[in-house]
Amino acid sequence: MEQTVSTKNKIRRTPSTMAFNVIAYSAIALLSAICLFPLILVVSGSFTQNSVLMREGYRLIPSALSTDAYAELFKYPEGIIRAYGSTILCTIVGTALGLFVMSMTGYVLQRKDFVYRNRVSFLIYFTTIFGGGMVPWYILLSQYLHLNNSYVARVFPLLMTPFLIILMRTFISSSCPAAIVESAKIDGAGDFRIFLSIVLPIIGPGLATVGLFLALAYWNEWYLTSLFITDREMYSLQYYLYDMLNSSRFAQEMGMFLGDRELPGESIKMAMVVVVTGPIIFLYPFVQKYFVAGITIGSVKG
Amino acid sequence: MSGKTASAGTSPQPEQKKEKGRFRKELKTNKVLFIMLIPATLYFFVNNYLPIVGIYFAFTKFNFSGGLFGSPFCGMENFRFLWESGKLTMLTVNTICYNIAFILCGNVLQIVCAILLSRIGGKYFRKITQSVMFLPYFVSYVILNVIVYNLFNYDVGFLNGVIRSIGGAPFDAYNTPGVWPVLMVIFYLWKQVGYGTVIYLATITSIDPELYEAAEIDGATVFQQIRYITVPLLLPTFITLLLFSLGSIMKGQFDLFYQVVGNNGVLYSVTDIMDTFVYRSLKQDFDVGMSTAAGLYQSVFGFIVIMVTNTLIKRSHPEQALF
Repeated sequence: MEQTVSTKNKIRRTPSTMAFNVIAYSAIALLSAICLFPLILVVSGSFTQNSVLMREGYRLIPSALSTDAYAELFKYPEGIIRAYGSTILCTIVGTALGLFVMSMTGYVLQRKDFVYRNRVSFLIYFTTIFGGGMVPWYILLSQYLHLNNSYVARVFPLLMTPFLIILMRTFISSSCPAAIVESAKIDGAGDFRIFLSIVLPIIGPGLATVGLFLALAYWNEWYLTSLFITDREMYSLQYYLYDMLNSSRFAQEMGMFLGDRELPGESIKMAMVVVVTGPIIFLYPFVQKYFVAGITIGSVKG
Repeated sequence: MSGKTASAGTSPQPEQKKEKGRFRKELKTNKVLFIMLIPATLYFFVNNYLPIVGIYFAFTKFNFSGGLFGSPFCGMENFRFLWESGKLTMLTVNTICYNIAFILCGNVLQIVCAILLSRIGGKYFRKITQSVMFLPYFVSYVILNVIVYNLFNYDVGFLNGVIRSIGGAPFDAYNTPGVWPVLMVIFYLWKQVGYGTVIYLATITSIDPELYEAAEIDGATVFQQIRYITVPLLLPTFITLLLFSLGSIMKGQFDLFYQVVGNNGVLYSVTDIMDTFVYRSLKQDFDVGMSTAAGLYQSVFGFIVIMVTNTLIKRSHPEQALF
């Protein structure tokens, strides 16, 4: 991204360059606006009073600012806090475990002296070509391994992906010369010891990239919860929001209230969206470059 | 991918013995490496290989008390039902058509964005717009669900707000199936444009700047430089990505469709894909046999597509083959 056309000052004067610049700047500005627009709508909705929202509909800039929705949302914060807590827990545990196991696997698979590296790589890759489908997998985990209403069901399936393992392998083989491993072996270090004290410390950027992909998957997880979790107290953050949306829409369509559960207003839902997505948006500027690095490397070698 | 399994299973007896000996030797010298592979092996065995056994459900009238081998066998009954109800054809067509639209529109838009971004001189403008376009990738599909509802809801949606304010008749998108194929593609683009742009930008960055300098000296305009230098050099990346996505042509964007469409039956005829159908048959109808059958059909179909594509590529461009 650093290299644009290096001699831009020289070419800027020709009419075709001017025309191009006008097109490029306006097209990119327009696309960025389209990308940002729906998110602004959500934030603006969360700062609008529910009654105003129902009367005027969604607007880009609220006619009157109000933090009622947030106050209402946090009147009974137990549910959100619990969902937040369990999601943070699953994200941390899953990311740490996944990182450890995937970097270990990636390390073994890039060892040139390990005869079976290509065969194991293929067995991992094969899972992306053929599988039993979602239903047998679901039956196995729920009926045979009894993972219903267990946090294991929210952590285990996302631990590893072939893409991330291969990414990790590429990171390790490019940042950790085989000669280092060689000399450590001669000094009498075992393979696991080499991995822990030599390889892990020098693949920081790789760990960050893969870790962030993992963390994003855990943070945005709703699918596993929808399949395995029925206990409302164990909902992930995204599924908690999903459940809130669904129950209120259902009630709206039927024109009734759902038992003792109060119907959340539109603006409260928007406030909830902001609360759920806030950490990602906040961290986004700092972590973006790691994703870019990962995608770039993954696409070249993948 | 690096799977070179050429040596597997050529001539029988002596090879096998040699193989066994080699394995034992390898196990001895690299014992620790084998141990380090155990967690990943276990994971893929349980999560990916063991469920393959459950393909058997597709041929049974599954009940939860019977389990894997206790449920009555019914042969091809499930497949026949899926076929005769016309579901299989509709789902296949939907899944494939959506994926083709996603792949083509996605790649074209990503290439255009990458080219434009690479040519923008203003460093901050470029950085900020690129970040903004990448942002939707990080937002969960549940949020997309919310966004689509905000835009297209009949009563309070933004679109109808605008239409009403200019005196038009409100538009009931959720009851108009015809517009959804276009909308789904737009939502997909919104979510994915930033991701692919990163890939193409990386390719553009790796192009030798001397090519552009030489073209400029020869008097080529920016448009000509893009047409004759950038686009041809992006082609190999485009083909690679195309082949990758062809491999998953039967895998639908489950998150996207399920979150945006949900359980709105009005839209099923134009928005139901294999994955949403399988999910609903399992979650709502508890029809394990039927949903396994649909999933198996999807897996096998996808597998055949990958094998055929890969064989064809191997013949013409061996370096681009997937495995």
